[in-house]
This record gives sequence, C-alpha cells and structure tokens, in this order.
Amino acid sequence: MNPEAVAQLRAGNPRVVARAISAVERGGAEAREIIAAIFRHTGRAHIIGVTGAPGTGKSTLVNEFAKHYRQRGQRVGIVAVDPTSPFSGGAILGDRLRMQDLSGDSGVFIRSMATRGAFGGLAAATSDAVKVLDAAGFEIVLVETVGAGQNEVEIAANAHTTIVVEAPGMGDDIQAIKAGIMEIADVLIVNKADHDEVSATIAALEMNLNLKPKAENDWRPPVLKTIATTGEGVADAVAWIGKHRAYLEANNLMQARERARFRAELEMVVQREMMARLLRGVNGTKIERLVEQIAARKMDVYQAAETLIG
Amino acid sequence: MADRPIRVLVAKPGLDGHDRGAKVVARALRDAGMEVIYTGIRQTPEMIAEAALQEDVDVVGLSILSGAHRDLFPRIVAQLKQKQLDDVLLVCGGIIPDDDIPAVKQMGFAGVFGPGTSTQDIAAFIREQIAQKRGARAVIRLRSGQA
Repeated sequence: MNPEAVAQLRAGNPRVVARAISAVERGGAEAREIIAAIFRHTGRAHIIGVTGAPGTGKSTLVNEFAKHYRQRGQRVGIVAVDPTSPFSGGAILGDRLRMQDLSGDSGVFIRSMATRGAFGGLAAATSDAVKVLDAAGFEIVLVETVGAGQNEVEIAANAHTTIVVEAPGMGDDIQAIKAGIMEIADVLIVNKADHDEVSATIAALEMNLNLKPKAENDWRPPVLKTIATTGEGVADAVAWIGKHRAYLEANNLMQARERARFRAELEMVVQREMMARLLRGVNGTKIERLVEQIAARKMDVYQAAETLIG
Repeated sequence: MADRPIRVLVAKPGLDGHDRGAKVVARALRDAGMEVIYTGIRQTPEMIAEAALQEDVDVVGLSILSGAHRDLFPRIVAQLKQKQLDDVLLVCGGIIPDDDIPAVKQMGFAGVFGPGTSTQDIAAFIREQIAQKRGARAVIRLRSGQA
C-alpha cells in the first residue's frame, strides 16, 4: 500500500477504506501489505462486541448505540457479520437493514461481512477489518457477531467490551448458568423489555452473576433492560459501556486484553500459515489416497495425519 | 489470487413496499453462492450509493414496482458515478414496461428482469458479466505489470 493510499485511508476516505476491507477479507500478499502499512496507526479505537442469539435485536441496538456516539461527535465504524451458507458459499447480509438511521452520515461506516467458513461467530478477517476502521480514525468500532448460540465466544478475544444481548423468554435459570456465551459478557442486556417474562429473565441472569465468587476489584456485569426499537434504556447501556472502559483503563486491563487478543491472533495466523505451507507441498491425490485408506479402515485419521506432517 | 464471492447489493428505491420479489431474488443469489447485502424498501438514491460504496459491491440490483424508475434510476446512476462507482454492474427488475427498457439500458443497466424471469437466469447473467469484468481487469493489471 503506497503512502498516499495510507494517508487517504487514515483520513477516512470511504472508497479506500472499503477496498482495504475487501483486500484483507481476500487475504494473501495484498492483505499482509495493507496490515503492515496501517498497523502502527491502530490501537486508538474502543472495540465493542455485540453478540447474542438470532433475533434478540443486536443490529437495532447497534444502530441505537451508534446514534448516541454520533451525538457526542465520535466517529463510528461498524462490522456486522452474518453466516455463509455451508452449501452454496453464498450469504444474506441483512444487518444494514436495521441501521438505516445512520445513512447519509459520513461519520459512520458500516460494513457487512460473511463468515466464509469461519466458526466462532466472526469471519477470519473480522479483526483485520477492525484494524482498517481503527486506522481510519473511527473512535468507536462496533462488531456485531452472527446470531450466536452457546459457544460463539470468539468476540470476547476481539473486543475490549463485550455485550451479550438476551431477549425475554429465551430460557430458564439453567440456561443462565451454562458455560459459554454467558461467561463472556461485560454488559448484559435484556432487549425487548416490553415483552412478558422480562423480570424472570433478569432474575435468572442476576442469580447466575451472584453465584460467581467475588474477587477483589472484579467487574460485575450489569444486567440492563432496553427496548431498541424505541431507544429506551440505550443511554444507560452506553453509559455502562463507558464505565467498563474506564474500569479497564484504571486497572491496566486494556493492555492485558490487547495482549490476549494478539496472542490468539498470532496462534490463529501461525495455524493458518503452517497449514497452507504444509498443503502446498502435498498434492491433492495424496490426500485423496489417504482418505481412501481411512474409509477402508486400513489407517486411522491420526496415522494419516502423521504421514502428511512427516 | 482466488476470486472472492460476488457481492451484490439488493435494494428497493422509491415508495412501494412490495419486497417479496427482491427477497426471492436475494435468496436465489445466495443459493448461487453470492454474498447479498439486503437493504430493503424505501431506499433513496443517496442511501443506495452509500451502501454500494461502503460494501464495495460488484453488483447493484434494484427492484421497483411503483413506476418511478424513469425518475429514480438516473439519480441512482448519477450518485454512483459521483462516488466513482462506474465499474459496478447494474441490474434491475420489477415492473418496467417494455417501452422503457431501451431507455433503462441506455442509463447503464446491463440486465432488466421482468416478472416471470427465472432466478437462475439472473444468477447466470450476473456470474457471466462479473467474470468478464474481472477478466478484463486482470488483463489491465498484467499489461501494467501490477499482477
């Protein structure tokens, strides 16, 4: 990436930002070149993850959060992830539909991403897309995951502040104490708070939080009520996001979270590269022959992997 | 470098709320392996161009049933040009009278798909057109020594 393009990206030129995100999504040499050019300009954005089951109102909440940050004059980048079909490779990216209030505002940049085969609730290139937006001067970057089940927890390693969105009536108190997504929340939001069963949902979430042994100076996630379609409770949620950031900063946890994030990213990149390099040296027919042998029960998968790795 | 999936923006300009057709097409393009950014009804020309820009799409597909295409399409094309998105493939569908089709094509719409079109034909048309555009770009890159 030439210095002029980097300057345009840093100035937030939407065409340059959009193309850079496409390039990091595609991967390869161009992606690496872009990240090499912009990485030292990152590290300023507050990265906020928004996750939760499909239909709980994540996109509508992101729309409301962005409006609040815009009122404060902060520039907002949004990455919204939806799943890729395992059958066709296609995707419907529909989160933008709920963010129409933000159109026409040059201080907001929305990008939809398909998972393209990645698991964990994000696309493989989501963290690189966030870096592009960070370098482009967006002070707030909101990352909306796919509609998450119990185990899509990757967002926690990618964000400073993770918001888990629930809706009333989604499960009982056993659901609330299960491992996984409930554990990664820095802020818990029960959206659609005008629906029935909202107090039962809140009680179950609070009970779960109360069961956690208290360490000194621990962050206890607040359980908040919102109605995203009217904006009710959103100001309070934004205030809590700010409190969480202040807590991280006061306890030197921003750096700790960042290190954890980079460690996870490094491991992922090494895995991906090692795999690519390994498979580059192996022709497809060798793999097919091994698969045949496994299917014929002449070899198990561990033995086959061993012959590939050598 | 491997080609990325074709990215398509599906939008409904104007004020009619009949979005079933747009959704059927969006779903069909998904099944044809494309990434479809669905923005829904009541999109202004500015909103459509802004979404196309931010999403870096290969294709903009418009569905309109209100009869306002002669007024809205030129404004959308102008907005896209203003954002330097001249290279985006434009297709449309909905209720476009036969008499208007030459004018719509003149505006820059490569494909006009009326009622009764098979969704597979739409997907095949898009795939073919994008393959040509990508092929042409690859040749330009080779000639300028950037490949």
